[in-house]
Amino acid sequence: MNIYVFVKRVPDTESKIRINHETNAVVEEGLTFVLNPYDEYAVEEALRLRESKGGQVTVFSVGGGETLVILKKCLAMGADEAVLIKDEAGETYDSLRTAKIIAQTLKKKYSDYSLLLFGKQSVGADNAQIPAMVGEILGIPQVNVVTKLEIEGNQGEALREIEGASERISFSLPAVVSAQKGLNEPRYETLKGIMMAKRKEIPVVTVQELELSGEDLVPRLEIVRMMSPPERKAGKIIEDEPAEAAKKLVEFLHHEAKLI
Amino acid sequence: MILVNIEIRNNEIKKSSLEALSEGKKRADELNTEVAASLVGHNVEPLADKVFPYGATKVYVLENSLFAHYSSQAFAQALASLVEEIQPEVIFFSATAMGKDLAPRLAAKLGVSLASDCIKTEIREGKLEVVRPIYAGKALLALRFKSSPQIASLRPNVFPVLESAEGKGEVIRKEIITAEESIKGRVVDIIREEGTELDVTEADIVVSGGRGLKGPENFDLIREIVALLPHAAVGASRSAVDAGWIDHQNQVGQTGKTVSPNLYMAFGISGAIQHLAGMSSSKYIVAVNKDREAPIFKVADFGVVGDLFQVIPHLKEEIKKAMEG
Repeated sequence: MNIYVFVKRVPDTESKIRINHETNAVVEEGLTFVLNPYDEYAVEEALRLRESKGGQVTVFSVGGGETLVILKKCLAMGADEAVLIKDEAGETYDSLRTAKIIAQTLKKKYSDYSLLLFGKQSVGADNAQIPAMVGEILGIPQVNVVTKLEIEGNQGEALREIEGASERISFSLPAVVSAQKGLNEPRYETLKGIMMAKRKEIPVVTVQELELSGEDLVPRLEIVRMMSPPERKAGKIIEDEPAEAAKKLVEFLHHEAKLI
Repeated sequence: MILVNIEIRNNEIKKSSLEALSEGKKRADELNTEVAASLVGHNVEPLADKVFPYGATKVYVLENSLFAHYSSQAFAQALASLVEEIQPEVIFFSATAMGKDLAPRLAAKLGVSLASDCIKTEIREGKLEVVRPIYAGKALLALRFKSSPQIASLRPNVFPVLESAEGKGEVIRKEIITAEESIKGRVVDIIREEGTELDVTEADIVVSGGRGLKGPENFDLIREIVALLPHAAVGASRSAVDAGWIDHQNQVGQTGKTVSPNLYMAFGISGAIQHLAGMSSSKYIVAVNKDREAPIFKVADFGVVGDLFQVIPHLKEEIKKAMEG
């Protein structure tokens, strides 16, 4: 079974986001970039499936040279191969564009897939669109926000998180699955893995060689502005005795906020 | 025309779909056009009349016995054929679990880009402009569309439900032909755990616990407060979830859920950046924490410096009194 995992480089969740208002882009200077947390679950699930069912795990990422670091991390975790899909466009916040690049890479160069694993969203663009879009373009089913996955032959069954419940989804392979927290506990890289990852060659597919039309590569969401959220002002802070504090808190909720 | 897809769960229309419909009605008025609703399902026609009070002039019922169970492939196919026929300028979804699954599938089928989880919509120069949070709300993006139809999903619990019309309109039933073998993935079952509370993204009040609760058993204190309040849900910080004290479904923050309830109550949560990102758009925030310097107090409208184990029993009594009064 060929399992392909798609990962993204994102700022660490503890990052403060600063905006360059001239370019309407996030200031990257000073940010720590990591493998998208949800993608870690996807990589881990791929490795576990390989361990139980056999097959090969290949990790892909769309981006510039800076993306190699996270591909190396995935190799160090245990992935067999990694491929960089080289695209210098930077963050466009347009998932359809990226989905087309991924789907075209698969069609042209890596068409022998059984399972395509993604994180349920990147922490950053927060779109949660690419898995479904890739599924649609390739004409295969998708199961998003998965907390449990079982594969048997050409059939899969997954639990997908919805509001206050889970949907049990039955699907056939090939398929797209996106990982949610809770699916598994991602492993750490081993020293041996890190050494192997260092030596491993990472092939590059350039967007140009995919023969997508110019129109496919133009972002079709226009960024009008990037803004900081309205800042909250700190309110009243009290240090009274518990009984008095509780009373004042409820008075606030009752009289000022008028919520209860 | 603006088309709003209406989601049905447990044979009921989801409130967040009515939020999206109400927003669609406002924008349709500005565009001098009408707003229509789509209902995809099996035997859902009896629900069609329920959407008219929120401004829809037409309801398209897309019917097929296979639609009794949700399938993104099948539902997207049905909606795409409707879109082709009625050619809406704008399509709204609610960004629920289903909306987030279905909208991108439809957008890709139509070959158009999609704006997810929007918190504001407006019409500028005859075109839709939306605002959506990125980095879990650490920044906001205003977007316009260069492809048509303009598709956006709207974050639940942000837009008001507005009754704006008499409640009459046209129901247009369409039998959708779908080959069963073309559906390669579908819901076979919905598993609702015993005692599962309201989801944090849909609640009016979120009561959250963090590390300060000291152990999983003390989430009962949080549940007791939730039980006293109307339409409230249990939330949690990442550290409480990572410690295994509570399910990740309850996690609020950048690797959990982003919430914007009327009231967010934080107990024993220090307020890491990733947590603040997920709840700072709440209307009111109150916090109880024993550390005076905890960052949560920088965003709280009302903060109590104290031991939550001592404060909560009094708080429950005071809430009961206020609710009765």
